[in-house]
Amino acid sequence: MTDQTTIKIDFLSKRKIATIFSFILILVSLASLATQGLKKGIDFTGGTLVEMSFSAPADLSELRQVLTTAGFHGAVVQHFGSSQEVLIRLLPDGALNTAALSNKMQAAINAEYSQPGVLRRAEFVGPQVGEELTEDGGLALLYAMICILIYVTVRFEYRFALGSVAALAHDVIITLGFFSIFQFEFDLTVLAALLAVIGYSLNDTIVVFDRVRENFRKLRKGSPSEVVNISLNQTLSRTIMTSLTTLLVLFALFVFGGEIIHDFALALIVGVLIGTYSSIYVASPITLALGISKADLMVVTVDQEELDKIP
Amino acid sequence: MMNHFPAWKNVALAVSLMLALVYALPNIYGEDPSVQVSPLRGAVVNTLLLTDIKETLKNADIPLKASEQTEHLLLRFSNTEQQLKAADILRAKLAKNFVVALNLAPATPEWLRSFNASPMYLGLDLRGGVHFLLEVDMQAAEKQAIDRYATDIRQYLREEKLRYLGVVAEEGKVLIKFRKQVIHDAALEQLSRQFRSWEFKTDPSTPTKPTIIAAMSADERKDVRKYALQQNIITLKNRVNELGVAEPVIQQQGDNRIVVELPGVQDTARAKEILGATATLEYHMVDVEHSVSDAIAGRVPLGSKLYNNREGGQILLKKQVIVTGSEIVDASSGIESDSGSAMVSVSLDGPGGKKMSKTTRENIGQPMAVVFIENRTDTNLVDGKPVRVKTIVEEVINVATIRGHFSNRFQTTGLDNTAEARDLALLLRAGALAAPIDIVEERTVGPSLGQDNIDKGFNSVMIGFVLVLIFMAVYYKTFGLFADIALATNLIFIVAILSLLQATLTLPGIAGIVLTVGMAVDANVLIFERIKEELKNGNSPQASIHAGYEKAFSTIADANVTTLIAAIILFGFGTGPIKGFAITLSIGILTSMFTAIVGTRALVNASYGNRQLTTLKI
Repeated sequence: MTDQTTIKIDFLSKRKIATIFSFILILVSLASLATQGLKKGIDFTGGTLVEMSFSAPADLSELRQVLTTAGFHGAVVQHFGSSQEVLIRLLPDGALNTAALSNKMQAAINAEYSQPGVLRRAEFVGPQVGEELTEDGGLALLYAMICILIYVTVRFEYRFALGSVAALAHDVIITLGFFSIFQFEFDLTVLAALLAVIGYSLNDTIVVFDRVRENFRKLRKGSPSEVVNISLNQTLSRTIMTSLTTLLVLFALFVFGGEIIHDFALALIVGVLIGTYSSIYVASPITLALGISKADLMVVTVDQEELDKIP
Repeated sequence: MMNHFPAWKNVALAVSLMLALVYALPNIYGEDPSVQVSPLRGAVVNTLLLTDIKETLKNADIPLKASEQTEHLLLRFSNTEQQLKAADILRAKLAKNFVVALNLAPATPEWLRSFNASPMYLGLDLRGGVHFLLEVDMQAAEKQAIDRYATDIRQYLREEKLRYLGVVAEEGKVLIKFRKQVIHDAALEQLSRQFRSWEFKTDPSTPTKPTIIAAMSADERKDVRKYALQQNIITLKNRVNELGVAEPVIQQQGDNRIVVELPGVQDTARAKEILGATATLEYHMVDVEHSVSDAIAGRVPLGSKLYNNREGGQILLKKQVIVTGSEIVDASSGIESDSGSAMVSVSLDGPGGKKMSKTTRENIGQPMAVVFIENRTDTNLVDGKPVRVKTIVEEVINVATIRGHFSNRFQTTGLDNTAEARDLALLLRAGALAAPIDIVEERTVGPSLGQDNIDKGFNSVMIGFVLVLIFMAVYYKTFGLFADIALATNLIFIVAILSLLQATLTLPGIAGIVLTVGMAVDANVLIFERIKEELKNGNSPQASIHAGYEKAFSTIADANVTTLIAAIILFGFGTGPIKGFAITLSIGILTSMFTAIVGTRALVNASYGNRQLTTLKI
């Protein structure tokens, strides 16, 4: 019974290419985040958002005209989902910045525009609330990373923890970079998706680590990098299967979930793809590079066997 | 025996599945358009009212589908048209004492309701409605409190004949200047004794002009903020009643914010106007010389006016105003030391005190009334054009007999209980010095979008679900079918738990369910891959099944715990809709562990356990 027979792909031989690839992605992401930043939704910037639907396709330039005449300067008007639906966005602007704004906007459109519209959605976020949401969002990401670092250190070993958190940071930066490069809107739901990505990517990483730990104990011979490679191969079909089922439902959500959930689904799709890649090419190589070896994992053997007894 | 579940385990599984089915079931029955009649203060819901309503509806030719009587009355109708008609009729008839609101009541059958089973609670983004986050201007509240104290201190010093140069309210403190050190010393000692909730000390920077600095104590500042918030919550509750909302939520959030959620409200402009109304109040003498019934009949005496009182009756008051809300500096509830009954003490400012003094001297033994007035601007559509209308709602909130001559400090006693006293005090303060509130966040979802969101959410769950079912069945064959059954069971469990907890289901919450559907099979994938590996290593089918479940367990646990960590942090930091996502994701992770591990194992054991196997379809 030799597990070596299951080796199909020598993942780690390509780790140099992968490292370069990851670095390029991260650099591009960071560069984009630094220069053009994220297109933040009103959840974070504060402002007013009104979604209206019309019975016939709406003429955006006429609508813009109507809004400008009514004194709403700098309103962003765009179709949302279909040509009958229109999304109007207004950034906070001094004295104009109140919840009454959305009503005034509606009234102006219904009075001046060629066809009456029905209100689908109105949102107003005061600038102070926007600031708090930004702050809370950043803190949530940070705390999630710290908690996971602690959990993985306790259950595995600190090198595994560092490897998995590095993979998470990698996923978060690249997903954020994706949203920055393509200027997709970043709102609260996308932030939630980002945290779900952390959970998912970690899920993947843990499964690989679990196998690495098991193999370190089981396999008598083989260098650490060989053991990791065997483990990656053994978990490969699981990694692919789970990613596929998750991507299946995410595409269902992306296509059928409606416009509001669109960016959320997109963030998750990007995140799951990156997360799957990173659990193979970021987490394990970093753990290896930090010098994990058989001896490091023998200490926790008792603990592990106790846990295995629980059905 | 390998791969065999003891009977109790199978029974326990079957029972939990039955329970889940019962609690998930209410969600398939839909909702009845209904009208909810809730009593305002004083009024009661009883069989008499129900009979009366039934009669009215019968006369109007509106068939009533069913009715239920709890603390409010729920009238179910077969369609929205009947519901709207009935609501209009009942509103005209009952508006004074009852809130008549449109509602969608779950059409859960009786036998399910006897299990306490009810459908999931839909969030505003699914049912439509308005969410407001209001912020109380605490700086203004504190400034009001400081101004109030400055007035009190001035008054006290005058009464005690302690001559001062000036009492000035400044940023967060009151400066009291004296000409002579002796008076300063006396004042410092007496003020500290009189105003215990304040801190008085000598200003060391002005030795030539002895000055006392008075500042609120930390406790007092906390109280001022708490009061400002409570007072606003009370007035908001009163105003929301007027909107006719079936299940309004008015809740404190943090120490200076109030969440108002109004499900089903479509006219958000009106909602905003009503919530943002300003209130004041007036003291009037009761007109005891003329009869109320004459006035109701149309013969209102000159110089008097009919007012509604809170009990639904009417009362005749003199038109002349004694003092108004702006002259009230404070009102607080307490217990009268002699009789032990509830009371409210009110303090007026200087001019108000003088007017009150003059009136009470001349009218000992006569009743005096407090009228609460709400001013608001409504925008009504007249011929399709918005017209702004100022509406004033006046109501007598208290009538009391003047027992003696008083000026700027007096008590209203004889109140029924402490709750009534507290409400009166809050209303007096609300009419007097409500700290301003701002809407800092609004999220309105129109009813059409709400239904759209439900449909799209449901569709994406179903499509995602079916795709995963097919995928698993094709790839893992028989074992894939086991996983499919587990996945379906998992969905039932999620819905059952959400219904049982009455957690709010939002659109992101549905997204959480979709995501769980995708990730839930992960546990099965892990197990099945492990079984395949064991088979490949030359183990017997039975041993492979056993080892597959055994070895995959700790991996599954570790992987899910980390996802749970992310979900819990999301719950802690998220607001509203995001919390919904975190909740469904967490529930989904937990139930999927159960169904994917225990559920599929039961199926596998039942199919393959205790048999001689040569091959496995996996």
